[in-house]
Amino acid sequence: MKAIIVLEDGTIFEGISFGASGERVGEVVFNTSMTGYQEIMTDPSYKGQIVTMTYPLIGNYGVNKEDVESSGPRIEGFIVKERSKITSNWQSEKGLDEYLKENNIIGIEGIDTRSLTLHIRTKGAMKGVISTIDLDPKSLVKKAKESPGLIGRDLVREVTCKKAYKAETALGGSCKKPKTWKKKVIAMDFGIKYNILRCLIEAGCDVTVVPASAKAKDILAEDPDGIFLSNGPGDPEGVPYAIKEIQKLLGKKPVFGICLGQQLLGLALGGRTFKLKFGHRGANHPVKDLKTGKIEITAQNHGFCVDINSLNKDDIEITHINLNDNTLEGIAHKKMPVFSVQYHPESSPGPHDSRYLFKRFMDLMEQHAKEN
Amino acid sequence: MPKRTDIHKILIIGSGPIIIGQACEFDYSGTQACKALREEGFKIVLINSNPATIMTDPETADVTYIEPITPEAIEKIIAKELPDALLPTLGGQTALNTAMKLQESGVLDKYKVKMIGADHNAIKKAEDRELFKKAMIKIGLDLPKSGMAHDIEEAMLVMKKIGLPVIIRPSFTLGGTGGGIARTAEEFEKIARLGLQNSMISEILIEESILGWKEYELEVMRDRKDNVVIVCSIENFDPMGIHTGDSITVAPIQTLSDKEYQNMRNASLAIIREIGVETGGSNIQFAVNPKDGRMVVIEMNPRVSRSSALASKATGFPIAKIAAKLAVGYTLDEIRNDITKVTPASFEPTIDYCVVKIPRFTFEKFPEAKDVLGISMKSVGETMAIGRTFKEALQKGLRGLEIGHSGLDNKLSYKDISDEKIKQRLEEPNASRIFYIKYALQRGYSVEKIHEFTKIDPWFLENIKDIVDMEKEIQKSQRTRVKGQGKSKKISVSTEALLKAKQYGFSDAQIAELTGSNEQTTRTYRKQHFIKSVFRLVDTCAGEFEAYTPYYYSTYETKDEVIHSKKKKIMILGGGPNRIGQGIEFDYCCCHASFALKELGYETIMVNSNPETVSTDYDTSDKLYFEPLTFEDVMNIIDREKPDGVIVQFGGQTPLNMARRLDKAGAPIIGTSVKSIDMAEDRKKFSRLLKKLKIVQPEGGSTTSARKALKIAKTIGFPVLVRPSYVLGGRAMKIVYDESSMLEFIKEAKEVSGKHPILIDKFLEEAIEVDVDAVSDGEITVIGGIMEHIEEAGIHSGDSACVLPPHTLGDDIIDTIRKYTHAISKGLKVKGLLNIQFAIKQNTVYVLEVNPRASRTVPFVSKAIGVPLAKIAAKVMAGKTLEELAFTEEKKPEHISVKESVLPFSRFSGVDILLGPEMKSTGEVMGIDSSFGMAFYKSQIAAGQALPKKGRVFISVKNQDKRNIVFIAKKLEDMGFSIIATKGTYKALRSNNIKAESVNKLSEGGSMILDYIKKGEIDLIINTPSGQKSQSDSKPIRNAAVMRGIPCITTISGAQAAVNGIEATTRSDFQVKSLQDHLNNLTLQTMS
Repeated sequence: MKAIIVLEDGTIFEGISFGASGERVGEVVFNTSMTGYQEIMTDPSYKGQIVTMTYPLIGNYGVNKEDVESSGPRIEGFIVKERSKITSNWQSEKGLDEYLKENNIIGIEGIDTRSLTLHIRTKGAMKGVISTIDLDPKSLVKKAKESPGLIGRDLVREVTCKKAYKAETALGGSCKKPKTWKKKVIAMDFGIKYNILRCLIEAGCDVTVVPASAKAKDILAEDPDGIFLSNGPGDPEGVPYAIKEIQKLLGKKPVFGICLGQQLLGLALGGRTFKLKFGHRGANHPVKDLKTGKIEITAQNHGFCVDINSLNKDDIEITHINLNDNTLEGIAHKKMPVFSVQYHPESSPGPHDSRYLFKRFMDLMEQHAKEN
Repeated sequence: MPKRTDIHKILIIGSGPIIIGQACEFDYSGTQACKALREEGFKIVLINSNPATIMTDPETADVTYIEPITPEAIEKIIAKELPDALLPTLGGQTALNTAMKLQESGVLDKYKVKMIGADHNAIKKAEDRELFKKAMIKIGLDLPKSGMAHDIEEAMLVMKKIGLPVIIRPSFTLGGTGGGIARTAEEFEKIARLGLQNSMISEILIEESILGWKEYELEVMRDRKDNVVIVCSIENFDPMGIHTGDSITVAPIQTLSDKEYQNMRNASLAIIREIGVETGGSNIQFAVNPKDGRMVVIEMNPRVSRSSALASKATGFPIAKIAAKLAVGYTLDEIRNDITKVTPASFEPTIDYCVVKIPRFTFEKFPEAKDVLGISMKSVGETMAIGRTFKEALQKGLRGLEIGHSGLDNKLSYKDISDEKIKQRLEEPNASRIFYIKYALQRGYSVEKIHEFTKIDPWFLENIKDIVDMEKEIQKSQRTRVKGQGKSKKISVSTEALLKAKQYGFSDAQIAELTGSNEQTTRTYRKQHFIKSVFRLVDTCAGEFEAYTPYYYSTYETKDEVIHSKKKKIMILGGGPNRIGQGIEFDYCCCHASFALKELGYETIMVNSNPETVSTDYDTSDKLYFEPLTFEDVMNIIDREKPDGVIVQFGGQTPLNMARRLDKAGAPIIGTSVKSIDMAEDRKKFSRLLKKLKIVQPEGGSTTSARKALKIAKTIGFPVLVRPSYVLGGRAMKIVYDESSMLEFIKEAKEVSGKHPILIDKFLEEAIEVDVDAVSDGEITVIGGIMEHIEEAGIHSGDSACVLPPHTLGDDIIDTIRKYTHAISKGLKVKGLLNIQFAIKQNTVYVLEVNPRASRTVPFVSKAIGVPLAKIAAKVMAGKTLEELAFTEEKKPEHISVKESVLPFSRFSGVDILLGPEMKSTGEVMGIDSSFGMAFYKSQIAAGQALPKKGRVFISVKNQDKRNIVFIAKKLEDMGFSIIATKGTYKALRSNNIKAESVNKLSEGGSMILDYIKKGEIDLIINTPSGQKSQSDSKPIRNAAVMRGIPCITTISGAQAAVNGIEATTRSDFQVKSLQDHLNNLTLQTMS
């Protein structure tokens, strides 16, 4: 069956449908990671986005129960050059086609993904529509243009948990539980990835995940050792309620933020965020830790970024920068026990170079406990 | 961290001659390193014995020593040059081993030379299997169960503990020489013994067999600040059990999940840190059990390698260049990515295409050897192909291999192959297994069944099945559309099917075959339907950043990324994968053409498919097209680029073979015309020309008919030299002594050259052969060099040693050679390079062969005379005159240059080492000195055949050599050698009062000589057998010599040269002298 992607600027790509049929709108973005498509599809940060894989051969090793970053795929649509007809890996349970059908996600193959990527690189990420039912480009361009896009939109509420839960029970056996819990952490769920929870648990944190709408006073009432601000989809300015609550948390407890977590923190600290032309999505971005001078190869997935010049340097230290484009990758507060990174130390998919940050969080909580 | 200021002068060791397991990749890495370090202001001292390299060009390093790569020679160089540092990681195993010896013998400490990149401890830890194993256990990594042994008793004990089957790997050898898989106790003993012998330290590793597991490689880089990146991941198509050099390999990894891949990445980081490779690149190999994902570490190479060259070309990340910069103190974030310009080198390339490397074998050259693959490397070259899918890259790779396949085609019909044969070819890894997978699928075998036989991952097999299914789709489309038109020769496949086929990598030739059409019609039809290739960039980043380096591959998609400039363009066609007869020498010429034309202001466009080479470095030419060298692929580029000139005479036979078609298709071929090329190749036209010029050639003829061939042979009389036309390296060339062998030959020749005729010449026995390289601008011709062969005519010029200038020819003969060269050059209207082979018998000069193109000896001659012949030729082709280029007179150097060839016999057990008209050598070395003897002696050391200065010589020669051997033996006796000889030879020696011991021939029931050899009591063998029986009689002696590395000389002229060499060393110790010094002398002479 034929499928089509149309961008709001009228660019058209035709291909063959796989997975579910239907029609979905979203921001069309590309990810340059060569492995980890299942983790990408299930990463809640992709809510509202149609993801193009730049690596042309996708689906080779199938999908399984373990390699998920949430309860199921979160993307709006999936664009590949060639989908593998078979899967070959001892862990594989099913193929992409079946998986996407089950989860009602539209896939399209046979696309010149490099041309699509070059187009997005030069023109910027833009709204688009993927369809198997309406193949009329004109009507699709209209739909793409009329789609809500990401700016100012609250996508977090579509992916955050409905009510608080214990991370350990939700993950079941898929993580290594420590012998004893060292710290109690409350994680604000803006679209949290399972692997962040796994990393926190493995570091010794007893994690309770709370909805994005949780109030600061309720969080503090639980007297956690630390608070974690998760990753999540879309524009940080779309979730002003969270920024307000974060402001109330600062200085009270150690805070660690990742990705959207850093953006919300940046806004809470008086900074500004802006939309990157086409974002950073992949597993090969070099980030320099300005404290140690060491370089880590990082997993990234963000379309927005905290403006490095908008931060009050008297209070905030720049801890990490991206060596490709010198954008902000990490900050720490000089007076309060607060730090964050823009990239994904939990990776999944991607290199494990930055796992030390979870230890840094543990140390911060430890130090804070000692001082208070 | 900025560059180190404590070092200024760096010694780089090259890898020596091209051998199996060490090829052009080390010229590529060495050249990159020299360039990168000189850019940083370091003085570079280089040693490499291989003249056919760009790295030994006098411009590449500050001081270049073309000397044997031995600890002795290097100590002399160190004493003279006093470098501060030694960079041992760029010249393969040769450099690494030699550097280790220099450290261990105290030379480096004595002269205060620091090893940079990897130090002694790191190398030892990576290379010594026991230490490596300990290190891996320490960092918690899994390995196959294993044990070390230093003698056969210990080996048997270890084997019993692990249980058969086991793998045996000797420590400190090249490319796994002498290793093997043992399934039975007998096999085990045999391989273990051989392995112990081949190991430099008599040590073998015996390992749990993990045959059939999936095999992976990661290319890792580390800097002084402990930043580590993975440049490329590679998955082997062929599972564990086949040397990675002999495996089809694919980048990136295809069948691992991110969790599994990251696990492997973490292991690689831990390994490079634990081993302690301070800076630079390493290659780490892993195996994964497909059943449960268990991952084990196989090995690590703490240096650049064949795989790192592949990884560099596959990703656009120049590993060697960056390794060199890291070695002098830079960190990854301080180095820019050349391709994107804005991003740093501290990242991991991500690619948006699939890369397939396919090894090139030459089993046809060694008919006695089975084409079975194992853990000891056999391939002599490789091709790489880039496509947007595995299917496309695989098919491009198969046609780029230049073995007569136009893709995964139907050269054999699956209908004619028995199930038994299929099963055998699938189960036993071999050079043509990929095609048998296809035949099996065509016969209806399931992917599961084929996986069971081959253990090749089903993902790869399924993709091959897609190709097979596509063939059916093409045929179906053709059938439906020509229905009712009768038997049309016209292709009428649907546009959809055609486009899909092209995206699956099908060549026009394949589609033509499937539709009963021809390639040209298919091409026209395809273009009429607007199905044209587009060219895409290799950019290290999957399109995320703008790329500035025009490095392209073709595919069938929507957007073309070629950037046009207003400059005049010249396209150079490369030589494709290395093979015996066509290797680095031609790549050298192509690079020179590119350098020369850049100097003249042209935009140069390189087309090649060999990932090992300097020509496929994106820095070499203005544009690089990494594409198969077929008519179709080349024409696609010509259509796109519309070059002002196309050069076909530098890439060996590959581009020459398509010259006629390119010319016809309107490609602007520059230099010697296609008509002239044809005149030189066409026997009749060429004879007519020689007759006109009053030049003699051995009597002969050419024909395409078997009957006529026999008639010609009978008329001119046996022995005759027979060969197919349009081939290189003497493929299928033979000296035939009788009628029945003649008939056999004709059959074989048909397979090799197809429709081209067979050439038959009178064979001149015991003639001296001479090679001449010259360059002509169409007006004047200047001789580059006249080389006298050491071995007599009848031995392929590529296999014989030669000396420049000639050392036994009289002036009158040399003058005749000069005269003939000028006349032929004029007659053929040569514009560019010209190579002529002469034979001199009883003072008559015969012309054997004329090649109006670059020859294998061009780099050797260029170095000997200090004139870059290929560069001059390229400029001439672009319209310059020799006068403008100030090269109007033959150079006459005072120093003597000897070229010796290097043969791969130790790789092919059971193959006889006797030389013949079919070329068998893989590479060459050069020896330079002021006397012939010393130059020859050096060349022998460099070729790994170090001549003994004393000891025992075994001599057994054929009757016609008995007279000449006397003088040789006398000299050996005078120099203190003791002599053992077989009866006939013994008699000849005794009657001339030379002391000798007599032994029985093997056929006379004597195995004493073999015992002597095995006990290491023979130091030199001179053995010239005649006739079939004598040859097979003495073969075990020669094979035993090869296995033990005893120099074995099989011609009387070779023996004479050897004696000269040994004699030279008794007069003086050998001295080292840089190429620049030799050439300076030459310039001074010319000036005075």
